[in-house]
Amino acid sequence: MLTFTLRRLLLSIPTLLFISLVIFLLLQLAPGDPMAQVPLTVPPEVKQKMREALGLGQPIHVQYYKWLIQFFWIEPLVFVDYLTNTSTLFSWLPDTAFSEGKLRVISWQTRSPVMDIVVQRMPQTLWVVGLSYVVGIVIAIPIGIYSAYKHYSVFDQAGTFITMIGFSIPPFFTGPLLIVIFSVYLGWLPSIYDTTHVVTDWASFKVQFFQMIMPVMVLALQTTAQISRYMRGAMLDNLNQDYVRTARAKGLREGVVVMVHVLRNSMIPVVTVIALGMPAIFGGAIITENVFKVNGIGQLLLTALFANDLPMVMTLTFIFAILIVLFNLIADVLYGALDPRIRYD
Amino acid sequence: MTEQPIPASPIEADIETFGALTDKEPQKPPRSQWRDVWDQFRKHKGAVFGGGFLIFITFAVIFGPYLWDVDPKGLDIRNKNWRPIYTLLWEADAKAGWAHPFGTDQLGRDIMAQMIAGGRVSMSVGWLAMGLALVIGTAIGVISGYFKRMDFWLMRFTDLVLSLPILPLVLLAVTLFRQPLNSRFGPEGGMFILIVAVIGLTSWMQTARIVRGDILALKEREFILAARSIGTTSGKIIRRHLLPNVISPIMVSATLGLATAIITESALSFLGVGFPSDYPTWGKLLADAVQRMQDFPERVLLPGIAISLTVLSVNYLGDGLRDALDPRIRGR
Repeated sequence: MLTFTLRRLLLSIPTLLFISLVIFLLLQLAPGDPMAQVPLTVPPEVKQKMREALGLGQPIHVQYYKWLIQFFWIEPLVFVDYLTNTSTLFSWLPDTAFSEGKLRVISWQTRSPVMDIVVQRMPQTLWVVGLSYVVGIVIAIPIGIYSAYKHYSVFDQAGTFITMIGFSIPPFFTGPLLIVIFSVYLGWLPSIYDTTHVVTDWASFKVQFFQMIMPVMVLALQTTAQISRYMRGAMLDNLNQDYVRTARAKGLREGVVVMVHVLRNSMIPVVTVIALGMPAIFGGAIITENVFKVNGIGQLLLTALFANDLPMVMTLTFIFAILIVLFNLIADVLYGALDPRIRYD
Repeated sequence: MTEQPIPASPIEADIETFGALTDKEPQKPPRSQWRDVWDQFRKHKGAVFGGGFLIFITFAVIFGPYLWDVDPKGLDIRNKNWRPIYTLLWEADAKAGWAHPFGTDQLGRDIMAQMIAGGRVSMSVGWLAMGLALVIGTAIGVISGYFKRMDFWLMRFTDLVLSLPILPLVLLAVTLFRQPLNSRFGPEGGMFILIVAVIGLTSWMQTARIVRGDILALKEREFILAARSIGTTSGKIIRRHLLPNVISPIMVSATLGLATAIITESALSFLGVGFPSDYPTWGKLLADAVQRMQDFPERVLLPGIAISLTVLSVNYLGDGLRDALDPRIRGR
């Protein structure tokens, strides 16, 4: 198990390097010119200077190498400095200044380090998208269990229909639809998610709660559809197995048979599916964040794309790639750890 | 000499005795495999409705412009902001009528004509992108399943592509490559090619994996050995023996691919990186209507329902096909 994990970790390094190269080359091939908005009256030599200031004067491989250094060496140093200087957990360590005077990945839009902006945007995304994931799982698992237990019942048919709807109705339709119903006609919920809202007391908590309902529900519908489908399939596979008959024959209560024996075995594939869906939480839901005006990571990527802010786009896309690779690995390892029948070596 | 038939062997005698296997011809006409598939498929109500709706919507967008020959881009500013015809049910003096059954938008363009034109684009993007993904996925799946030498590298490549963040990359490619393609093929043609290519190139991986798995299992069967022993070439084996046997997983992943392609195209249009602004697609119509959905909710609802119903019917169709094409489920 340990060797398998180590081997996968080692293998993920070339994978990530390749992905970063693909993203980088894609951005390089793109014809978009960051100097396009500069007025024509600016003389060409000044333009050349501006280009070099943005780090565009060098050949492609040097640019790529520098980005790698900045991302994998300097940004971690900045993080270490943050830990030792300001964080509450490690501030007892002597203050370090590893990153002093080093160039970080700078956004072309705001001229501030990309990672700082990412850290600012992360909480909103984690709150909305993360909570919707949790809500989706909490709804999906009972639905999956019950519709597998009552296979072909009315509940099962209705559950299948609802999951089909969850698969089929895109969030850019459910979002506006809910806004029309609940904000416009009924006026119960706000249509825009206010990220500057601070929860201090019960009243402001209620405001926060109400503004989170719609984005969370829109995203949770999709999660529910997916996970309840897997849960139902896994339960159906297990319910006909011999050990279930044995458990019943021993005289165990039906609740124990289903909720302990079958459920534990059925959770193995579901847990890995849940792990595989995790990167999407950090990646933010580009469409839903756009509909409800949540200024999270997804919205950050979209604005950076429209503004031709290549360092930001590069870094964000690569962070998503790291998360996908990491959670793929976690899913594989979890699968082996939860199910002793699976041997990797 | 008496005509006493002498049984040639004890087995034949038994047959005579028990009267079994004496029937000279089958009593029921032979049934083909596709007949069985169709019978199973018919039992799945949702799939039949889904398939029917998909055929209906495809014909509607193909032949709709000939039946409803209003120009979807024709401005008629005097007749702007008509409501759909059903508004007359509860509001007798609403601005609505049979001239524009779905109403008109803020520039007086007929929404029904726009819906038909938009559906044409969305459906053709969906079908073509799905076809492209299937061709790539099947090719990679077959090659890596059949030729052992290619297997490792092709599957590593598939894993790599699977771990790319798809939606950000699609957005990236569409925003970045819009200009050169537009200048070469025109704003509409360029965007069409770009979107079909981008969706097709990012959604072939599941098909490749499924096809590879099936080919790996099929390759070891006796009929392939027999084919090889009479000197069939690899290309012939693949075309004549392997591909017909993997047609069912390919069909199932085709339906899934169609659904994702339609949704991805609409999402791109919704985010404003899709087709140019005067070129209607369902996602574009929806996105344009969101600003004024308080006054004209039907302009959001109509394209939204069109997208959702199409995708829902495609998903149900896939569900039914999966059951119908699986010989273990069929006939139960």
